[in-house]
Amino acid sequence: MTVRNIAQAINDALDSALAKDSDVVVIGEDVGRTGGVFRVTDGLLEKYGSDRVIDTPVAESGIVGVGFGMAIAGLKPVLELQFMGFSYPAYDQIVNHVARIRNRSRHRFTAPLVIRIPYGGGIGAAEHHSESMEAIYTHIPGLKVVVPSTPYDAKGLLLAAIEDPDPVIFLEPIRLYRAVNEDVPEGWLTQPIGEARVEREGSDVTLITWGAMTKETREAATALEAEGISAEVIDLRSLVPLDVETIVESVDRTGRAVIVHEAPRTGGFGAEIAALLGERCLFSLIAPVIRVTGWDTVFPLKRSEHHYLPGVARITAAVLKTLEG
Amino acid sequence: MFQILTPSGGLVEESPLELALVRRLYRAMVFARTYDRKGTSLQKQGRLATYAPFEGQEAAQVGSAAALESNDWMVATYRDAAAMWMQGYPLELLFAGRTGDERGGSPPDHVPVLPPSITVGGHMVHAVGLAWASKIKGENRVALTYFGDGATSEGDFHEAMNFAAVFDAPCIFFCQNNGWAISLPREEQTRSETIAQKAIAYGMPGVQIDGNDLLGVYATTRQAVERARAGGGPTLIEAVTYRVGPHTTADDPGRYRDAKITEDWRKRDPLERVRLYLSEREEWTQEWQDQVEEEAAREIDRAIELAEGLAPFTAGDTFDAMYAELTPALLAQRSEAEA
Repeated sequence: MTVRNIAQAINDALDSALAKDSDVVVIGEDVGRTGGVFRVTDGLLEKYGSDRVIDTPVAESGIVGVGFGMAIAGLKPVLELQFMGFSYPAYDQIVNHVARIRNRSRHRFTAPLVIRIPYGGGIGAAEHHSESMEAIYTHIPGLKVVVPSTPYDAKGLLLAAIEDPDPVIFLEPIRLYRAVNEDVPEGWLTQPIGEARVEREGSDVTLITWGAMTKETREAATALEAEGISAEVIDLRSLVPLDVETIVESVDRTGRAVIVHEAPRTGGFGAEIAALLGERCLFSLIAPVIRVTGWDTVFPLKRSEHHYLPGVARITAAVLKTLEG
Repeated sequence: MFQILTPSGGLVEESPLELALVRRLYRAMVFARTYDRKGTSLQKQGRLATYAPFEGQEAAQVGSAAALESNDWMVATYRDAAAMWMQGYPLELLFAGRTGDERGGSPPDHVPVLPPSITVGGHMVHAVGLAWASKIKGENRVALTYFGDGATSEGDFHEAMNFAAVFDAPCIFFCQNNGWAISLPREEQTRSETIAQKAIAYGMPGVQIDGNDLLGVYATTRQAVERARAGGGPTLIEAVTYRVGPHTTADDPGRYRDAKITEDWRKRDPLERVRLYLSEREEWTQEWQDQVEEEAAREIDRAIELAEGLAPFTAGDTFDAMYAELTPALLAQRSEAEA
């Protein structure tokens, strides 16, 4: 057991994968020599060499397209697209090729690759660097989308993603890279993809969230407890496949749901969850489902970021609204 | 422009192939043309959803494919059925794809050919990845990718060429410059004088050849394949040829090009010059030609029968190949779809 933060846990996972499976290759801009712009791939080039840890030209579409070819040939590429805002040039390769090769070849050709994408705001970064657009990936048939919020889950989900025979988009909440520390076991460990984590049990309301927003949601639950309100907190961990049963079981019990995500509201993944709750939990709900989200505005620059990201105040206000009359 | 076999069947330099092999490749070209004409005919009968003819490009495809070993990767487009067939892609699956059946994308395990790329320009990067993987795994395989003049304007052409050269990937970029990207002529596709010279910018060798010359196509591709296999990296080959037919059966070239140009190109027909070459060496007779065409027609008809005989998917079947194991959501949807 070693205490690790999320960045270190991901590093540990990549190290374990590179050591265990000679087909694993780590590919991306600046992943080798400089160890990644967030230092997540630190030390891997020195340990495994430039045939396994590869610095690429600045070409996101090429990274994914070439990685796709490698995956078909039997390698297990772990690709990095440096920020979610820079992943869009690769979107054509992801949607038109990676996500559909198994279907269009009836299993004959497959793409067992992972695309790691640092994402999310609250880091005071330059334009385009703070986006949270997971909905454009969750909406594509043939992909899996996972997002850890703890070091243990980061390691476990990444190794599960690397083992997965299908393409996985692995979202890394930048704001949490160094914000959370916990004991992470040495060696190989996997966390099943498609299982949510009930982080905190409660009876009055279900708070559903993922990624960096787990931090504010957790803090809101603590603040609510002081007011005598018992909030259950679910960290989804996996958006596709989604653990519908855990969500439904919880909301059937509490009767109230608040969904928290930093992505824009319209068409955000919260809308999918809200629709599911309408289908499955209507007769248990005693208040409308509320989504606490980023606004439908372009993600603001640093000086206005605080107007955009949901904070503890907005989350607790939403919960109180579900408890009204 | 590099050339070995002239339109009148004469040799500019020594043939890279012995006569028996030239005869076999001519047979393959006749087969390809028979297939191609059948494709158009079937589409007009409504039995194929759409068909993209390759008439005029038989030498470019057959000659280059012949330069590969059986386990070399091929990443081709919707217009490269002849090349794909040469590398082992079953005819009935080529037809099945055009009838609109996903099983057309599933060749046997030993056939290293990806399903035909429908997107223009998105697939060359895949060939680079396949080639590079072969290098990393020490497999000694090369990858050959086909694309047209239009594809060279897509951003992913640039990214593929760049990656291939930076990482010395054993990948051969084979451009069939057939003069047209649907209705846009080659001169308006790029201001570069040749497509071959774009290779200079990426730091790899580039060569422009007569794409209707079976022997020149074979020799150039063979050289590029051997260079790649020996660790010499990628090559760009620009085979200058002509799309005698329409873009697809839904297209009408009369709307945008002069029929006279097409007629001029028919005089440089890739099959005719090989026929003349073989005739001169008493390796061609009309009887043999008829026999070959007849055998081709029979085999092609059998393939169509197989393709059309595939039992249609049920609603539930369409869920089968989404993942290695269906997710709970898909299992639920499948039940809903089947109900």
